[in-house]
Order: sequence, then C-alpha cells, then structure tokens
Amino acid sequence: MNTEQLLQRDSFIELNARSRASALLDAGSMRELIGPFDRVTSPWLALQGVVTQSDDGVVVAKGTCDGQPTVVLAIEGAFQGGSLGEVGGAKIAGALELAAQDNRDGVPTRAVILFETGGVRLQEANLGLAAIAEIHSAIVDLRRYQPVIGITAGTVGCFGGMSIAAALCSYLIVTREARLGLNGPAVIEQEAGIAEYDSRDKPFIWSFTGGEQRYRSGLVDAYVEDDAMQIRNMVCELFQRGMPEQNRSDMVQGFLARLIEVDASIQATPELIRTIYQKGFAS
Amino acid sequence: MSAAMSSAMSSANKQSRGAVWFSRLTGEATPIAGYPASVLVADADLAGKRARYIAVVPDPDNRFPRARDGEVGLVEGWQLARAVQELMAADRGSKTKTPIVAVIDVTSQAYGRREEGFGIHQALAGAAGAYAEARLAGHPVIGLIVGKAMSGAFLAHGYQANRLIAIRDPEVMVHAMGKASAARITMRSVDALESLASTIPPMAYDIESYASLGLLWRCLQVAQPDAPSAADIDTVESSLHAALEDILADNSRDLTSRLGAEHRQASSKVRDMLRIQWRASQP
Repeated sequence: MNTEQLLQRDSFIELNARSRASALLDAGSMRELIGPFDRVTSPWLALQGVVTQSDDGVVVAKGTCDGQPTVVLAIEGAFQGGSLGEVGGAKIAGALELAAQDNRDGVPTRAVILFETGGVRLQEANLGLAAIAEIHSAIVDLRRYQPVIGITAGTVGCFGGMSIAAALCSYLIVTREARLGLNGPAVIEQEAGIAEYDSRDKPFIWSFTGGEQRYRSGLVDAYVEDDAMQIRNMVCELFQRGMPEQNRSDMVQGFLARLIEVDASIQATPELIRTIYQKGFAS
Repeated sequence: MSAAMSSAMSSANKQSRGAVWFSRLTGEATPIAGYPASVLVADADLAGKRARYIAVVPDPDNRFPRARDGEVGLVEGWQLARAVQELMAADRGSKTKTPIVAVIDVTSQAYGRREEGFGIHQALAGAAGAYAEARLAGHPVIGLIVGKAMSGAFLAHGYQANRLIAIRDPEVMVHAMGKASAARITMRSVDALESLASTIPPMAYDIESYASLGLLWRCLQVAQPDAPSAADIDTVESSLHAALEDILADNSRDLTSRLGAEHRQASSKVRDMLRIQWRASQP
C-alpha cells in the first residue's frame, strides 16, 4: 500500500463498536436498541468493584444494508476485553432471536455480528456461558432463513465460546490483524505449558490463528484490508450471494477426512495445516 | 462403599463417570461401531422408545495427545456432530424424531497447538450446531450432567439441549474455566477467586449455585454417583422420561424454558426491552 492509498483508507479497526455498526448500515438508517441511555448495565460487575459500562460493551444496531432490514451486533473490544456477560450476551441472543422471528413473520431481517471478544466474562462466568449457548442456538435458527455474517477485524480477535459462534456463521470475514481461535494463548500456556504454546510469542500466535492463516486454510470466507468501505462491500457481496450450499459447521465428512490425514504424533506447523486444509471440506 | 472398593475404583483403569452412566443407561445395547474410543454412541431404550445416547469418555491412546483425558478435541467435536447428523438424516422423512440423551462428563475442551491450528473452534461448532439443528428439527434433546460440564466442552456436548438435568454432587460442576486459569486471566489469586465465587452465584463452581441460575430443569439426588445403584438408575431414568414428556408437551423448540430465575433477571429484562424497541423501530 502506498502513502496515498493509506491516507484514503478509513480504518475499521480504529473505529469503536458503535461506529463500526454505523459504517455497515445505510447512511441514516441506524437505530440503536437498548442504547447507553437505557443504562442497562451488568448487575454482577458492580458487586465485584468493577466499573460498569452503560451499554455493557454490546451495541445492537438496527437499520438497513443495501435497503434490506439488517441488525448489526457489535462487541466493544475496549470494554473488559469484549467479554460477554449476562446483559451483553442477552442483547446479542435476544436480537438474533427477534431477527429469526421476523423471518417467520415474513420480514427478511438479516444479521451481522462483529466479534471482538475474549469469550465469557469470567466475572459473570456461568451466565456468560449460558448466554453464549443461546447465541449459538439463535445463529443456527436464523441461518435457516438468511445468511448470518461474522466479522473479526481485530485487534482483540475472537476467542472462547464466541469463536464457536463465529464458526456457526454462514460467512466469516477477517483482516490480517484478526485472530480466531478457541482458547486464548494465555489459557493454553497455563493448561498445557509454554513448550506447547508460548503466549508472548506474537508471530507464532498469528501464524496459527491470524486472519491470513485462517483464510489460507479455508476456515473463513473472506480476507479483507482494514478498510471500512472494503468490509462493507464484502458484507453486501456475501448477502447477495445468499445462503451457502452447506454451512462450514455442517461439513462433518470433509473435516473428518482431512483430520485422518493429520499425523498427530508430530507438532503442527502453519504450512502443514494449509497443505491439508486447502484440499477443502465439501463432501 | 468399602475402602477396598473405592481404592480399586480410583485405579488407572477406572471408568469415567460418563462411561459408567452411559453403560448403565444403555444396558444391553452395543455402542455403534465406527466411532473413536473417545465417543460412545448407542441407540437404547428410553421409556419404551428408542433414543440415541452419546458420551465423550477418556481414551489414553487418543492419537491427539492433548485429548486423552476426556476432553472434547478436534475428532471428538466432529464425531459428536456426525452422531447427531446421521440420526437427523435417518429421521428426515419421519414425523417422529428420535430423542437424544447427551451424557455429560467433560473435563474441558482440548488445549493445544494442534487443536488451535486445525480449528478446534470449528469442530466444536460442528457439534453445537448439530445439536441445535436436531432440537430445531424436533428431536427432543436432553442433557444429563453426571460429572464435569466445562466451558467449550459443554457448549459442544449438551448445552443445546431442550432440558438439562444434573446430579447433585460435589463432583458435578458447570463452569466457564478452571480455577487456575480463571485466576490468571482475571488477575486474582485462586483464594480471592474462591472467596468471590462464594458470594456471586454465576462465578461459583458448585451445582447448587448453578441451579439457582434457572438453567437446569431438574437437579437429582442419587446415592452413588460413581457407581449408581439400581435405585439411582431408576431415579435418573424416571427423570429422563419426565423430561421427554415435558419437551413433547411444549410447542417451543428454543431455549426459553431456561429464563425466569431470580439470579438471571437481566436476561429476561433485556429481551423484554429489546422486543418493545424492536417493534418500535420496524420500518
């Protein structure tokens, strides 16, 4: 990228959750539901002396995208690491449930989820986990009617139970700064030791879970620049494509066939993963 | 239980709780061939009808070294998905849908480099997605928690059930993360974490606190959770039967039956507010 291109670019990563949502919706169409002035905050953080945020780190933005009814669920990575507690989790699950109900009632509402999250908020542990199970359920319900598009732009990335949610989406968009994985690096190091996973070795972490690697190994659908317009265009393109022939999470035979080819007695490398997974998962 | 018996049971080849309950509940039925040693699948009787029982159990010879202690790993995730998907396919043309009983005793998801690299998040999405699809398609799904139900492993195996039943026992535990890792991530000592957990119900590790969140349909008292007596099996089978009747009498196929508990009021409040604001924002 030359200097001129860089100056023309409108970084998506530098936007907060609310601005990201707004950038994806048609100009002037966005209405925020349970916004900060409704002051629905976490009932659990305050009990632990942790400062709450008036939107609990989740923005529910309803509007249109390409003229079609769309809800954007944007997680704010800057609040508590984008972690999901009871309120934020219920905002996402509840909005997806209403979008699915819209479709049953003849309104073709679609959803985009902006994943910038470490997963469960440990201060609300079991209520975060329960909400994430409900988010999984609602994505699977809604994706029967409309594509559900996930975006992980960075820099927090997408981990924990929310990485499972991302993997349930019809389509997933990532940037180079994104990371996508089940277990956070510090947790793997804690559970399996530093020889297995060195959480401070950033190039190592990105080489396995970074956006480019995930794209090259077929675990996401689109790899885009950190540019709001490019991301918006990709969202429109994927909505126009309609529902995938098969959801990635349903490609059981394909993934099992690839895993048989893995020699699990040796440690994995990014190259090995690409070589095996580039054969694809369609059955 | 005699001292000799309990010492014999703690020996290396002791069956996991999940394996014990799976084998007692499926009785004479032989596990279906073609699954790895870590995933048990059998079609057996439930209240006079056929049901599919599924469990994840330890396999010390698992070819993935980080998935040998009953963790849900790459292969386990996709095989759980297969066990559910194949049942759905077999019942596709039928109005009656075979019930599924997930026997839950899962220590955690597998933590490792191979797991992250080959996309364990996608494997767990395969399993969670299949269970959710089965439930939405009308298969009654019951989750029976007989041991640990931890984090991503629980999300993949059981958390999508229409009804959750747990055994009331100190070894039975639902949580988002083990104590050592949770302490590290929240920058607390394990002592501080435990002391908070005793006053904040969603953070607690015991099943009574979990029950207070309203996520369980029933919590059962049995005499010998490690080696169930005939009476214990009878207690659990009666409850499975009652859960099945309750699901069949319920028109909803979603997870709304989990809402309403005193310690989960915000989850309902957020949904109520969303519903009102959603309608008001409808173009």
